[in-house]
Amino acid sequence: MDQSSWELFVASLRPLVVAAVTATIPLALISFAGGLALALVLALMRLSSRRWLSGVARAYISVVRGTPLLVQLFVIFYGLPSVGVVIPPWPSAILAFVINVGGYAAEIIRAAILSVPKGQWEAAYMVGMSRSVALRRIILPQAARVSVPPLSNTFISLVKDTSLASLILVTEMFREAQRIAAFSQEFMLLYIEAGLIYWLICLVLSSLQSALETRLDRYVAH
Amino acid sequence: MSPIEPTVPAGTPLLDVVGLRKSFGSTEVLRSVDLSVSAGQVLAIIGPSGSGKTTALRCLNGLEVADGGTITIGRAPTVDFGVTPSKAQLASLRDQSAMVFQHYNLFPHKTAIENIIEGPLVVQRRPEAEVRAEALELLERVGLADKRDTYPFELSGGQQQRVGIVRALALRPRLLLFDEPTSALDPELVGDVLGLIKELALEGWTMVIVTHELQFAREVAHEVAFIDGGTVVERGRPDQLLREPQHERTRQFLRRLLHPF
Ligand SMILES: Nc1ncnc2c1ncn2[C@@H]1O[C@H](COP(=O)(O)OP(=O)(O)OP(=O)(O)O)[C@@H](O)[C@H]1O
Ligand SMILES: [Mg+2]
Repeated sequence: MDQSSWELFVASLRPLVVAAVTATIPLALISFAGGLALALVLALMRLSSRRWLSGVARAYISVVRGTPLLVQLFVIFYGLPSVGVVIPPWPSAILAFVINVGGYAAEIIRAAILSVPKGQWEAAYMVGMSRSVALRRIILPQAARVSVPPLSNTFISLVKDTSLASLILVTEMFREAQRIAAFSQEFMLLYIEAGLIYWLICLVLSSLQSALETRLDRYVAH
Repeated sequence: MSPIEPTVPAGTPLLDVVGLRKSFGSTEVLRSVDLSVSAGQVLAIIGPSGSGKTTALRCLNGLEVADGGTITIGRAPTVDFGVTPSKAQLASLRDQSAMVFQHYNLFPHKTAIENIIEGPLVVQRRPEAEVRAEALELLERVGLADKRDTYPFELSGGQQQRVGIVRALALRPRLLLFDEPTSALDPELVGDVLGLIKELALEGWTMVIVTHELQFAREVAHEVAFIDGGTVVERGRPDQLLREPQHERTRQFLRRLLHPF
């Protein structure tokens, strides 16, 4: 790297990191929280004995997982205005990501709930719990441990996917990189720099995941 | 000795089951089961594998909903399974009994004491200080006071089952149900658990115990019922039934249990 490239690299670091901290990470966190809540509802619907409830959830999951995220983003931001629904960039992005994460995480949570042995439900009922109390106090805590690795993967994917929000005018980190690149004509440098920052974030997330797994492992036999 | 005294005077009928039926799909597992136990008495249920012992016990605790027949436990109103029982009926039935499982089924994410207080605290909403004190007393009595903050996976099978028994006792049930409580244990750990159950019998707890331990049944039970083919083939005093069974099927079963080779 020559002197001026290096200077640009260092000078860009600050706006990129600012964009990551003020946009990319909050966008991912908010969307993930919303997506998880939606996923829990969908997972419980899937497990319901009422056929129509599980049918609705199954159809939802099928559509979300069967269509590209980019298409979902475009439908919400560029498509909905033509039927009179105009949603600004940020809410559009959050909405699309929540819908998307909800679909993927629902299957993870459902599988995790099903992986808890039947005897745990029985012991919970035996001590007098209702289905919902048993779910909350006995089943979900055990399902949580099982679902940490796959949900972490979903979150890490989401962090990277937030770059797609740049295409619906959300000024997150990648859009900031594009802006600086267009201005300085240093495309290679800026895009690699953005990639490095994504990578760094994912490294931190992976180590957080390991720590969380260890923590939840306390009471699990090996 | 026991911190929680059994709550019904001895002699009054505590469990009464008439014509209990249960099918899974087209398999009729319980054809017509009649059982009764007086307060303070111990009923042992024996029978071949697949004869419906576990299913019968699960029906008593409402873990399985019977298809027909009636169950009366303690002060709960009789539940007639001829019509689909309401949730409230099942709940009131379940309140009367507590079950000890073959595979313990302790909550793995909760410590020994948390396992024990979960029901009394969360479901029965009793004061925490009282519930904790009682749980500690019970743990002490089964020799596990030092394990109160230990997670189940760090306990031996015998210790887990004793916690399982304490968890059942802490619910203050009128009736204790045991499903082969020692059959998952290493042989050297069986004695402790059977000893504990025997103590509970002497204290006057009313119990229904499914077991393959004939010697134990003989010592502890007031009555033994032999179940085969989804019905009670024969019942009687342990010395009578185990020594001089009246039915050929009972004889065959006992012979096979005593001389497996
Ligand atoms: N949930 C279920 N669905 C279908 N069949 C079942 C179910 N539970 C039990 N059965 C069947 O019912 C029959 C009786 O089972 P149960 O567990 O009550 O027998 P058991 O007398 O306890 O046997 P064991 O001595 O082996 O424990 C068996 O044939 C079993 O396969
Ligand atoms: Mg059984």
